[in-house]
Amino acid sequence: MSGKPIRLIARLDVKGENLIKGVHLEGLRVIGSPQEYATKYYHQGADELLYMDIVASLYGRSNLLDIVRHTAQNVFVPMTVGGGIRSSADVDALLRAGADKVAINTAAVARPELISEVSQKFGAQCMVLSIEAKRQGEGKWEIYTDCGREGSAVDALEWAKQGVALGAGEILVTSIDQEGTRKGFDCELTAMIADAVSVPVIASGGYGKSDDLSAVVQAGADAVAFADALHYERTSLSTLREAAKGFDFQVRDL
Amino acid sequence: MSSQKTIIVDYGSGNLFSVKRALEVCDNGEVIVSDEPQDLAYADKVVLPGVGAFADCIGRLRDRGFVEPLMAHAHAGRPLLGICVGMQMLASSSEEFGHHEGLNLIPGHVRPIADKATDGAALKIPNIGWRSLQQATGDAWSNTILRDTTPNAFVYLVHSFSVEVEDKADELARCSYGGQPFTSIINRGNIYGCQFHPEKSGPEGLKILSAFLAINE
Repeated sequence: MSGKPIRLIARLDVKGENLIKGVHLEGLRVIGSPQEYATKYYHQGADELLYMDIVASLYGRSNLLDIVRHTAQNVFVPMTVGGGIRSSADVDALLRAGADKVAINTAAVARPELISEVSQKFGAQCMVLSIEAKRQGEGKWEIYTDCGREGSAVDALEWAKQGVALGAGEILVTSIDQEGTRKGFDCELTAMIADAVSVPVIASGGYGKSDDLSAVVQAGADAVAFADALHYERTSLSTLREAAKGFDFQVRDL
Repeated sequence: MSSQKTIIVDYGSGNLFSVKRALEVCDNGEVIVSDEPQDLAYADKVVLPGVGAFADCIGRLRDRGFVEPLMAHAHAGRPLLGICVGMQMLASSSEEFGHHEGLNLIPGHVRPIADKATDGAALKIPNIGWRSLQQATGDAWSNTILRDTTPNAFVYLVHSFSVEVEDKADELARCSYGGQPFTSIINRGNIYGCQFHPEKSGPEGLKILSAFLAINE
């Protein structure tokens, strides 16, 4: 059979009404209008879009609804939205605005039952557990919440397994160490989690060159997210798609 | 100019906004999300979405009084499109969390998709992602909702179960996951079901929705 099917995801981190980019989830820089970039990536063939409101957890609010609503007017691929989601009511509002899935980190760490609530009410396919992890020595990663600002003392591997047992249908793994560095994904972290769970894993944080894509998929990623590499046009979705085919991964033909 | 009325059945399941918006860009007729069963009597076309567990969906559809008007719509020969679990509900029964009766508009059974690839490797479940549409044996796509779709066009799926039709003639297209084929579109007369999400399948998905809205127009 032909190679492993993978999804290429455009990740858009937003703050207020702006698309932004940081390094290690910090040092934010404004890039432009999220809707504009989202529409561009849709037309370029992104398999999915991932919106993350990277300050919503800090301030306990979310500006995402308007952005999602506008984007959904002319983008017809799945949209995952995260940042500041605390309840089933928040999820419901985002789905009604046009999101297909939600990514939850901080509120799930604070109250793991939220994963079950969302999964039972909206389906496991809707509940993406967002894991933002920092390496703590050999083979150990700690979960950070509030956009990489707060350590939680929760072990990433145990949390991933628990999250799936509670009903998460997918796991987004963001390496805080690699995020924004262009030095490649954290393949060890991705492999550790992908090997331990039965649900798809999305790797995020660190893309620099096409070999990084190959390495993280071989490590076990089912989908790969790209942010500033796309925003700053260091690569494009068509380049990534061709590279993926070159590595014998299955990708969508447009 | 189209003056048709398309109703999306709102029985409390799924992302109706996306379906509505996608239908709106495909056709300039009226697209209405309705939670009133009696509205179906005035619909030219009906779209039945569905996300989550089969038993929940069919239970809510029944509790909210949609089954009878849906059957009346279908039996009147008016086009009906089920999406994802909405497609699965068109079949006779489902094995998801026990045995549950469906609408039996297209005889078939909802069963788990293969969890091993043809080479024996474990497959991640649910099957999430883009798979290509293949022609089912002997079926032509012209005069169907796939009339503008080229074979191998990619569509977006997220599912753990699929429909196995009793009569292979009701299978319009397949996809495969790990080399294992599963039914992707079922069709009998005016009734269609898509396991994938046409509203989330980019321009190819919009072509399929446009073709559905163009039936009888």
